Amino acid sequence: MLEYRVEIALWAISGIIPFFMLNIWTKNNLNELINISDVMLSRYFLCAFFVRQFSVVWVVFSFEEDSLMGKVSPYLIQPLNPFFRYFAQHLAEQITRFPFALIIAFFFFIFNPKSLWIPNLSILFLSIVSTFLSFLIQFLIQSIVACLCFWTEKASSIERLLFIPTLFLSGLLAPVVSFPAYVKTWIYLTPFPYLIDFPANLLSGNKTNIIGGLSMQILWIFLLFPLFRKIWSEGTKKYTAMGS
Amino acid sequence: MNLKKYLKVYKKFLHTSLASELEYKTNILVDLITAILSLVGSIFLLSIFFQNNGYIGGWKFEQALIIQAIYTILNGITNTWFNPNLTEIVKHIREGTLDFVLLKPIDSQFFISLKKINPSGFLEIMLGFFLLLFCIRINQINLSFSFLSLSFITISCSICILYSLWFFISTTTIWFVKTWNAIEVLRSFLYIGRFPLNSFSFSLRVFFSIFIPIAFITTIPSEVFLGLSQLWKIVLEVIVASVFLITSRKFWLFALKFYSSASS
Repeated sequence: MLEYRVEIALWAISGIIPFFMLNIWTKNNLNELINISDVMLSRYFLCAFFVRQFSVVWVVFSFEEDSLMGKVSPYLIQPLNPFFRYFAQHLAEQITRFPFALIIAFFFFIFNPKSLWIPNLSILFLSIVSTFLSFLIQFLIQSIVACLCFWTEKASSIERLLFIPTLFLSGLLAPVVSFPAYVKTWIYLTPFPYLIDFPANLLSGNKTNIIGGLSMQILWIFLLFPLFRKIWSEGTKKYTAMGS
Repeated sequence: MNLKKYLKVYKKFLHTSLASELEYKTNILVDLITAILSLVGSIFLLSIFFQNNGYIGGWKFEQALIIQAIYTILNGITNTWFNPNLTEIVKHIREGTLDFVLLKPIDSQFFISLKKINPSGFLEIMLGFFLLLFCIRINQINLSFSFLSLSFITISCSICILYSLWFFISTTTIWFVKTWNAIEVLRSFLYIGRFPLNSFSFSLRVFFSIFIPIAFITTIPSEVFLGLSQLWKIVLEVIVASVFLITSRKFWLFALKFYSSASS
């Protein structure tokens, strides 16, 4: 992974959309209307950036490529589920991304010194846990989509479709608190706010329901995991070893 | 340059790539739904911004919708032409197949920029046009000849700038081999084009007008639609677009000198 330092640095830069959004929010004083101060909002978006950096998943694209090139066949013979391989790749890249994310945070605090804060250890620990759970949820969802490769070949377009609600509803562009009431009534039942909004609120010290959020995350993992197992076992039966 | 020959070749390109893309019909449907959802999502985001405010950066909600419409059209164009072709450059260079492109008796930039086409982008372009027509109605814009020609000029300039930006980044593959992530960076910057430039702080505004001229891409055409644009801005956009086009061409020819074929 360290071979591709520039790549990973660019990845980190490509995640800076939350900062642009922050700029719109504070420049137009939109945050006053939802009762979040400038400082809290900038912490929120910084945390959203961090959570996003450490929960990004691209397994569907790797799997699609491998499956079209016929690379999945040797993996299937091995006694380990190939998704463990992708899982390990994701974890390794997240660790390499850490220094770059820190550099971006450093610059953020230089431009925005008032928002500097140090979360206490237990909050830090809980938010790392919830970021990891958010990563797991997204990894499971994408693995399920990736398994659709066994049927349709181009599963990545389905992933791009699913990415749209993730982008707009997860809290990456606007905190979920600011959403209109007719959305807030049902959004907390979906997995989306637990992907970025909940861990970011937790880490930044904004108001959030810690136990409720964590248990919803775990609930979603328990719902998605059997689904993945099922679709994986169905899919491997359909496997036709393309390209080999 | 033999225009007739190029037109003929382009017809063949269209034919082959449409034939191969139409193999994946459900894919096109999924892409259409994606385009619609993404438009709905950005309008939703805009409505959050406007829920308690009448104006954002001096723009009303109805006016900001024009920016969304133009962004959608340009995004459709990106998805139809720029994205499929220019990501292909990365592949050509990595696998050394650029050799075959260079050997062909045709301009290499023409070949790699227009070889492929992704028909699902057409639907997005149409979607953008419908929204634009709707905006013209709700903003009560009078359609006159000068207005139409000005908006045509500015939008074509935007397309040129957008193309040059994509082409620049793809060209750097010759040195860096893998530029997927640079393309990702460009994508995330282009996202800014969904919002009026005035809604950002001064430093970001300067950055997005000088370094990456995203300001020119959507804000100026939208101002033309609203009749707010001054002449110098339009002239400036034409100049920027031509500078970008010419340098991207020069840059490609320069980069080719450094191309040292891979794996062959």
